[in-house]
Amino acid sequence: MYISMADRTGGKTDPGTADAKLPAGQGVAFRLSPVILWLGIVSMATDISSESVSAILPLYVTGFLGLSTIAYGFIDGLNQGASAVVRIAAGWASDRTGHPKRVAVAGYGLSMLARTGLLFAGGFWSLIGIVTGDRIGKGIRTAPRDALISAEAQPEHLARSFGVHRMLDNIGAATGPMLAFLILLLIPNGFGVVFAVSLAFAVIGVAVLVLVVPDRRMARAAETPTRTRTASRWRQLKEPGLTRLLVTAGLLALLTVGDGFIYLVLQDRDSFAVQWFPLLYVGTNVAYVVLAVPMGRLADRWGRVRVFLGGHVALLACYVLAAAPLGGIGVTVACLMLLGLFYAATDGVLAALASRLVSPEKVATGIGAAQTVVALCRMAASAGFGILWFAIGASAAMLTAAVVLAAVLAATAVLMGASQKQAADA
Amino acid sequence: MRSTTHERIGESTGNRLMISRRRFITLLVVTVTAIAGAGIYAALEFQGAKASQAAPPPVEVTRSEALPVAPFVLFRNTAPGQGFGDAATVPLTVPGGPRALSGIACDRVYGTSEVTFCLQTKHELATNFQASVYDSQWKQTASWPLPGIPSRARTNADGSLTASTVFVSGHAYSAAGFSTETVIRDRAGPVTGNLEGFALILDGNRIKATDRNIWGVTFVPRQPDAFYATASSQGQIWLVKGSIAGRTLTVVRSGIECPSVSPDGTRIAYKKSDTGSLTGHRRIAVLDLARGKETVLSEQQSIDDQIEWLDDSTLIYGLPRNGSEVDSDIWSIRTDPSAPPALFIEHAWSPSVVR
Repeated sequence: MYISMADRTGGKTDPGTADAKLPAGQGVAFRLSPVILWLGIVSMATDISSESVSAILPLYVTGFLGLSTIAYGFIDGLNQGASAVVRIAAGWASDRTGHPKRVAVAGYGLSMLARTGLLFAGGFWSLIGIVTGDRIGKGIRTAPRDALISAEAQPEHLARSFGVHRMLDNIGAATGPMLAFLILLLIPNGFGVVFAVSLAFAVIGVAVLVLVVPDRRMARAAETPTRTRTASRWRQLKEPGLTRLLVTAGLLALLTVGDGFIYLVLQDRDSFAVQWFPLLYVGTNVAYVVLAVPMGRLADRWGRVRVFLGGHVALLACYVLAAAPLGGIGVTVACLMLLGLFYAATDGVLAALASRLVSPEKVATGIGAAQTVVALCRMAASAGFGILWFAIGASAAMLTAAVVLAAVLAATAVLMGASQKQAADA
Repeated sequence: MRSTTHERIGESTGNRLMISRRRFITLLVVTVTAIAGAGIYAALEFQGAKASQAAPPPVEVTRSEALPVAPFVLFRNTAPGQGFGDAATVPLTVPGGPRALSGIACDRVYGTSEVTFCLQTKHELATNFQASVYDSQWKQTASWPLPGIPSRARTNADGSLTASTVFVSGHAYSAAGFSTETVIRDRAGPVTGNLEGFALILDGNRIKATDRNIWGVTFVPRQPDAFYATASSQGQIWLVKGSIAGRTLTVVRSGIECPSVSPDGTRIAYKKSDTGSLTGHRRIAVLDLARGKETVLSEQQSIDDQIEWLDDSTLIYGLPRNGSEVDSDIWSIRTDPSAPPALFIEHAWSPSVVR
């Protein structure tokens, strides 16, 4: 079984990929590719840009739209779905053209244009258009960028390289909101200044990407001899290892209820969490920043699937802690740490896993597919959990999610064990 | 800072990532221009905001040490300059006269002759929100954190109960948009009822949809258990009558938003949407509860406020001033469909008539 092979042998030998004959991973010293560092800086600038706006957009939107805001919420939900679907298409476009950088530039560029529009927004529909543009830009850029990281990284240190990128990315995600709040503290109603600062960082991100990151020409999917392989997008993904990863990750994502709900449960118990709600998000990101590289290293050494599953154990612990009849700031902080740990152990690691389970000319499609599946399943999970929450109450719903997640994790672990044995016998 | 990063990489990696001198200078120019541009704009806005905060307001103001003798109008002062955003009062007889500023900033304010209920936005380490209760000497007697952005505030006639509506928004990428949270609390703080937990009843059946929002409570005079509010689910908007003891919200009629019960308890003033949906133009209308008769008033501008009754035949409400996002005026209109609106208090928002 491909996942388990890549898992067990991630640092040793890796059948099923081009690097099968590489020497033992522990022998190769880690050396960060400058391209990954620059991509990290691109993401950091872009996240400062997008998260500074996200943090204050609710304030701006309600001031601007009044009670129509409720309708806005519904449309925003649709946008997130669109963004999830765009990822896989952008991954495919990246593989088809063989120029992931160009597709990434389109995605970062679209978000930058949306920021420019924000400075001139004039009503409900223009605001909706701008936010949609931003979300679609985010959907476009992710898969080609991760394909570039995967191409630049040393195979033995793939998850660690993704970890470095995610660390830089989340430094931006933690800084952005604080910067926006600082601006509003100094300049009452200074939304225009937040938008201008956001645009400045978006421009810097695009400039670094365009000017510094090389346009690495990849093997083109279209150049494969059999045309039928490129005719269907889905057929491109017919790699047994990837299919199994998609099923596993999708199943686990169906039990990922969404940070919003966890924050809501914490708010029920802890007035600190009510008052400092935006800081919960920042706290999760800070934990992610600190843990991204260690989790990547661990994944390269101990096994990427193990760490990916282990991250879900952290999520499970977070559910149990949130559902337990405890309160106070200690529980809140512990939950945020566990959530940060969950993201650190799953986000970059998923991209690393997906990129090694497909042949090099399909990397962006593979990563895009994994991210799309996870994003759509998490949306479904949020919707379903919302119903459960309403029907049986917060704590009971959280416990139910925890129990099912535990069962699925146990089943996945057994399956992995079985297929490892199978693979060893084969 | 960026240049040192670049040089370090250039040295350590040799020719692995060569950036041409021209590209590097271009990057430097773009970065410096972007940061300088945003920085200069921020500095100018900061200067402008400081100057505006220190400027004398365009209206006559006095300092309020205590609530005046009823009757008076309590509102949020939106005149630019000193005291912007403060809770303020004017005597009912001279609404255009000098306003007494409390020194307490409120986004929404409502009250009685003894109690002022105030929803506040606090810009601190992170922007956060709170509800505060003040006595007649402007002394804070209770406060609690709010989970979202203030939208509506009300008290009952004797000031013993408060009702607040806030917008709650998900910050996580996967969390869906906005919803409202409406809570009735004792003025000392304890929760009397979170309306999210109340049973929503339509034609005798309980609506179990999870996408419901409830906002805009108005307490019924002389009926301590009863209130009206707006409920919305699956694109529909209803007027609901609530029972605090029964924990129920019963649908009375559809298409009625942000109700406000008249002082005599016989009529409801509200926003009526052209389209019947959550977006669209809102007119002011009055419903006679006993006869079920609706009267649409002549105000042509779209309303986004919870209307207040000045007396049994006159309404007051806020409208943005010249399209401004921060300044507004309070207008009055008689409940006669042919009566035109008239300016009531300039540079003001969130009126509360204290009798």
